[in-house]
Amino acid sequence: MSRHRFVVSIMPKPGILDPQGRAVEQSLPHLDVRGVSDVRVGRRVELTIEATDIVAARAVVERLAAEVFANPIIETWDVAPASIVVASPSVAVG
Amino acid sequence: MRVGVVVFPGSNCDRDTLHAATLAGAEAVPLWHERPDLDGADVVVLPGGFAYGDYLRAGVLARFSPIMAAVREHASAGGLVLGICNGFQVLAEAGLVPGALRRNATLRFEHRWVRLTVERTDSPFTRAIPPDHRLRLPIAHGEGSYYLPHDELDVLEARGGVLFRYAAPEGNPNGSARDIAGVVDVGGRVCGLMPHPERASEALLGSDDGMLVLRSIVESVAIAGRAAVVA
Repeated sequence: MSRHRFVVSIMPKPGILDPQGRAVEQSLPHLDVRGVSDVRVGRRVELTIEATDIVAARAVVERLAAEVFANPIIETWDVAPASIVVASPSVAVG
Repeated sequence: MRVGVVVFPGSNCDRDTLHAATLAGAEAVPLWHERPDLDGADVVVLPGGFAYGDYLRAGVLARFSPIMAAVREHASAGGLVLGICNGFQVLAEAGLVPGALRRNATLRFEHRWVRLTVERTDSPFTRAIPPDHRLRLPIAHGEGSYYLPHDELDVLEARGGVLFRYAAPEGNPNGSARDIAGVVDVGGRVCGLMPHPERASEALLGSDDGMLVLRSIVESVAIAGRAAVVA
């Protein structure tokens, strides 16, 4: 078994109104920032998973992304392996 | 006739719903979300609130509560299920009713009185509503904008899956597709409704139109029970 870290990026589907992105965009002029458009706000989920190999690990993450992290009706997602090596959690002493 | 009201961590309309179901003539019992059964309930209501703090997405984590397996089984056996507001979001995330509830197009949490047209009164959720009567119910949600792709909306409409629509004078409060406020599943036994019938259960509250929905459910179960006895 090995441990693998993944990043899942979730975004509202193209063409679907993203009120969060719009709210952010509309507030930018208050910062005197102009010329910003098409702001869209998504979510990022990071996780570590233990599996026989990275292919098996990725399959589980893909399933979690489709069934939990994203709602396929309104969102798209992308699963990517993270390059960092994950150390075992350290145990606090004392 | 027993109505079970599921209590998730973060539900906050469960007591109002128990009260309203009692007023409608049912024996109303709370069902903690960790129990594996429905305690003999004839009807299950998923109440409003913020189950699991609405973390990740409204309704998505509640869908994994132990009781949801029993709710799914109840629905597939033809039992009645009503999801109100957050309960609608849970049903949608669980795939028990079609569609998704997005953030309101208004960019705001909307809490106000709305008017609803009732698209059909031959449903277990609407049978006690007089023809052409428009319901006056309150809403209180941040993610209530109903969404389905266009072609699936056509399918939903063609099969009579839309039960309630936002109507004038207040109109559509959240940008819902085709003004949809409430839908039923393919079998017509599972209903998701964004406005709160339990908050309009006595005239003192400003409207008792919500009782028409709850009485419809109680009547439907009573009629089904009598039919079963005759058979």
